[in-house]
Amino acid sequence: MNEILTLLSFGDEGWGDQIARGVLVTVSLAVVTLPFGLVLGFFIALAKNSSEPSLKLASNIYTTIFRGLPELLTLFLVFYGLQIGLQLALKLMGFEVAIEVNSFAAGVVALSVVFSSYASEAFLSAFRGIPQGQYEGGYALGLSKTQTLGLVVLPQLIRLALPALGNLWLILLKDTALVSVIGLEDLLRMSGIAARVTKEPFLFFGLACLIYLVLAMLSSTGLVRIERWSKRGDVSK
Amino acid sequence: MVVWILSGISLIYYLGSNIQSTFFQKYWFKFVVGFVVTLQIVSVSLLIGAILSLVIALARNSKQKIFAWPAYAYVYFFRGTPLIAQTFLIYYGAGSFRHELEAVGLWTFFREAWYCVILAFSLNTSAYQAEILRGAILNVPKGQWEGASALGLSRPVTFFKVILPQALMVALRPYGNEIILMIKGSAIASIVTIYDLMGETRRAYSRSYDFQAYIWAAVLYLLIVETLRRVWDKIEARLTRHLKR
Repeated sequence: MNEILTLLSFGDEGWGDQIARGVLVTVSLAVVTLPFGLVLGFFIALAKNSSEPSLKLASNIYTTIFRGLPELLTLFLVFYGLQIGLQLALKLMGFEVAIEVNSFAAGVVALSVVFSSYASEAFLSAFRGIPQGQYEGGYALGLSKTQTLGLVVLPQLIRLALPALGNLWLILLKDTALVSVIGLEDLLRMSGIAARVTKEPFLFFGLACLIYLVLAMLSSTGLVRIERWSKRGDVSK
Repeated sequence: MVVWILSGISLIYYLGSNIQSTFFQKYWFKFVVGFVVTLQIVSVSLLIGAILSLVIALARNSKQKIFAWPAYAYVYFFRGTPLIAQTFLIYYGAGSFRHELEAVGLWTFFREAWYCVILAFSLNTSAYQAEILRGAILNVPKGQWEGASALGLSRPVTFFKVILPQALMVALRPYGNEIILMIKGSAIASIVTIYDLMGETRRAYSRSYDFQAYIWAAVLYLLIVETLRRVWDKIEARLTRHLKR
């Protein structure tokens, strides 16, 4: 028992600080991805909702592709694709350099692409839940199209989309574990290293699973709070 | 849209022009083998998961706390942690108990990546399927239970002949989603040395440094997922045709 505690302690003897750093990387990857995914997802939902058929088709193709591909494959496509693409682009401009794409950046790009394609569906169904009269009311008050969208529709949209987006956040948190495969030193990779060095794989991978579980629990309590906050207008009804 | 048309045309051109290339000639068979392995992993895990999920869903719905609580913890654990971490936990973690496992003769089972992956995926999908099933069973109106017991049917007969068929109808769509999630999740098997579609792709890429390996894999995965989605829609429309008004 004491040995286990030493292994998990902070400092030179234990792996506590490395794993804590891993947790930090995992959480920051998810947090950085979130805004990109949300904004991208919102615009794709707008495109799907538009009356322009070509825009609609284009955004539908986007979601079909990125919801159909395994997240791991998307990650590899982005990681190697960016590398090769950038190298080609620089070659055309006359530079010969080997480029190593940062695994954190590749993770953010891949995960936000996946997140946005799911989020766009969530936003789309929320759009359907907003009565046409809200738009008409906005226009009747003399608001422009963007103003109506931003001031009237968006606040209601967020409330409607929140449960689905909360689920997507939990999925995103789990998907960050995949980025360890391309060498990001996140929670899973750090536990993997610790497991290999100490020859205690069950302890460290079990610990990693528990930490993911705790992160999920913390987020769900947070999400419940946000949801309650977003519904604070309903209480007085 | 123009971007998509252009990229679609260039993709078809790119793939078409590469069919004659040495890469394709050398590796196409490997891709087919990997494709079959992926389908095997997914179907075996889904089947085992389906059987397990029935037990878990029943335990989760049970009024006895001794059954309901562990089932809840099980589902929460497997839904709350990443599949890749679970796979690592089973595949690498089994090494911690090598002596114990050797003593009971299970070490040969846990030594093989194939069995570990099947075990991890089955446990994972059983948790998800149990939740689907539970939701669907709760969705069946109480009157169905009462009607069956009024007819003198025993509880097991009621469950299997009256409740379950109706529940499965509701569960059809989530089940389809779960299969797709499983196909996508099965790519993780490639990380623990299984040569499924993703594994073959990574091997081909690491040998040839040819990016088209990943493009072919993407096309194949999209093909499976889209076909499945469409077939599933057809099946659902056929099975629920009596509910249409």
